[in-house]
Amino acid sequence: MRRPSTGAAVAALVAGNSRFIVTLTEANACRSARRLMDPITRFLSELQEVSLLIWRSFTSLFSRPRYVSETVKQMDLIGVGSLPIVLLTGFFTGGVLVLQVYPTLQYYGIQNEAGNSVATSLIRELGPVLSALMVSGRIGAAISAELGAMVVSQQIDAMRALGTDPVRKLVVPRLVALILMLPLLTVAADIMGLIGGGVVAYGMYDQDYNVFINSVRGGISTSDLVSGLIKPLFFGLIIGSVACHKGLTTTGGTVGVGRSTTDAVVIASIWVIIFDFFLSKAMQYLFDLGQL
Amino acid sequence: MFEADPYSTISSNGGSSVFSAVIPAIEFQDVCISYDDNVILDHIDLKVGRGDCKIILGRSGGGKSTIIRLILGLLKPDSGRILVDGEDITDYSEPEMMLVRQKIGMVFQEGALFDSISVYENVAYRLREQHRTEDEIESEVMRMLEFVDLTDAVDKMPIELSGGMRRRVGIARALIGDPTIVLFDEPTAGLDPPTARTICELAIKLRDLQSVSSIFVTHEMNNVTNLSSEYATVNEKGEVVFEKEGENLCLINTEVLMLRNGSIIFNGTDEKLRMSSDPYVTRFIRGERSN
Repeated sequence: MRRPSTGAAVAALVAGNSRFIVTLTEANACRSARRLMDPITRFLSELQEVSLLIWRSFTSLFSRPRYVSETVKQMDLIGVGSLPIVLLTGFFTGGVLVLQVYPTLQYYGIQNEAGNSVATSLIRELGPVLSALMVSGRIGAAISAELGAMVVSQQIDAMRALGTDPVRKLVVPRLVALILMLPLLTVAADIMGLIGGGVVAYGMYDQDYNVFINSVRGGISTSDLVSGLIKPLFFGLIIGSVACHKGLTTTGGTVGVGRSTTDAVVIASIWVIIFDFFLSKAMQYLFDLGQL
Repeated sequence: MFEADPYSTISSNGGSSVFSAVIPAIEFQDVCISYDDNVILDHIDLKVGRGDCKIILGRSGGGKSTIIRLILGLLKPDSGRILVDGEDITDYSEPEMMLVRQKIGMVFQEGALFDSISVYENVAYRLREQHRTEDEIESEVMRMLEFVDLTDAVDKMPIELSGGMRRRVGIARALIGDPTIVLFDEPTAGLDPPTARTICELAIKLRDLQSVSSIFVTHEMNNVTNLSSEYATVNEKGEVVFEKEGENLCLINTEVLMLRNGSIIFNGTDEKLRMSSDPYVTRFIRGERSN
């Protein structure tokens, strides 16, 4: 009997299949076979692996051991650590939105609605997406590089040899931390974006603070807030699962770590943007958004 | 220990019964594994008795490390059975293997220490996972670091250690929790001869003073010489000393198994290995290139 294909082998590992349990690194010894696959098969194979990794992480939540302190540590690294870049991104995005939109609104004589326009675009779209992209670049890369380095230096094998399940110890805390922290970071980015917009409106276009604030309040609905908080939950899951999968399937030494890191950031960012479209459509359907 | 019954040590060491003492610590029954069209192991049969050391010798890429990964359940064979302490682990699931791994210590080629935590935490890792008390962990960690003579490095980070020190910390980490089986995956690769000898001495101490069953994967003949011609004993002062086997005392708890292209081409004592007429074995011992 021959070894299973890479896809099946990795799938077996993440599913905990007893017959074909192999390490993710061993499974990638068959990567040459994967290269021969056509792109669609390769895509489906990777999608299956990521889905099974998510499923195994989810089922791990309901049994011991749980690594709570590791999760808190990751929440600190991901949440507090990403706060400065997310705040900066939010502030200048809000600022540039007012900078670009204000003259157009002024042309139509509705410049008092600048706050409304900024709030709607920030809370519905730009806040969640830009925060996710920033976190993808910072945290997705870090997770993938860390796990990849652990794979190539046999630390993952050592962990298993010492009786620890790497999915429970490494993947679950990172996924949980990302899913919990990304919505909070998004809220922070939204608030800073509105502040940035207000500063530009006041500083560059002499708009009164109260006019801007009233316009913002008029532009935000409960549905906007809920939809703006649901999206980052999915984005956190996407970034975490892609980064962990890419890290754990690293092959080829330090060069491979670099490749995995790049792949993790690129793939997670693309999926965030693609998912954003479908999530927006789903939110429109669920909350009747898009109706001014 | 070194005279008659190779399995006698376990009986005197607290084995539950004579029956359990004769069950090999590790047994491979007709094990095969391949990747795509590459045969890695081809119908391998091997036994490692309790308290014995099996040196697995062969060229790089010959399937030596695969044997160790199979024992740990990091890989599954295509066919054949693998038994650990008489327990057939071939079809064990990952959670079941976690229990088996608790009685196995593994020393990786480069140490595979966790870079983000200190030497102390690396060695304590297994006990922390088992939720032992802090006092218990501390005493065990210090005992193990004393065994590998690295008590001074307890607060260092792995990045601050030399190659030899990393391997010794790896050994301390593998030995914590008193595993009955220890697997060495080329632990001396890339080390200078004195440091490599220190690693071999640790393996000898484990074998002779603690009756630990072990597999020592290597491609260096120096290791074979060290492991199969010396034994550890305790002198009148209570110090561990290493003595050469002689005319009156012949080590029979250490055997050499040689692999070539996934097949066993030699299995026996080091004396027989050196007398082998097999051209591949002869060339390997001399360090000559073979086809």
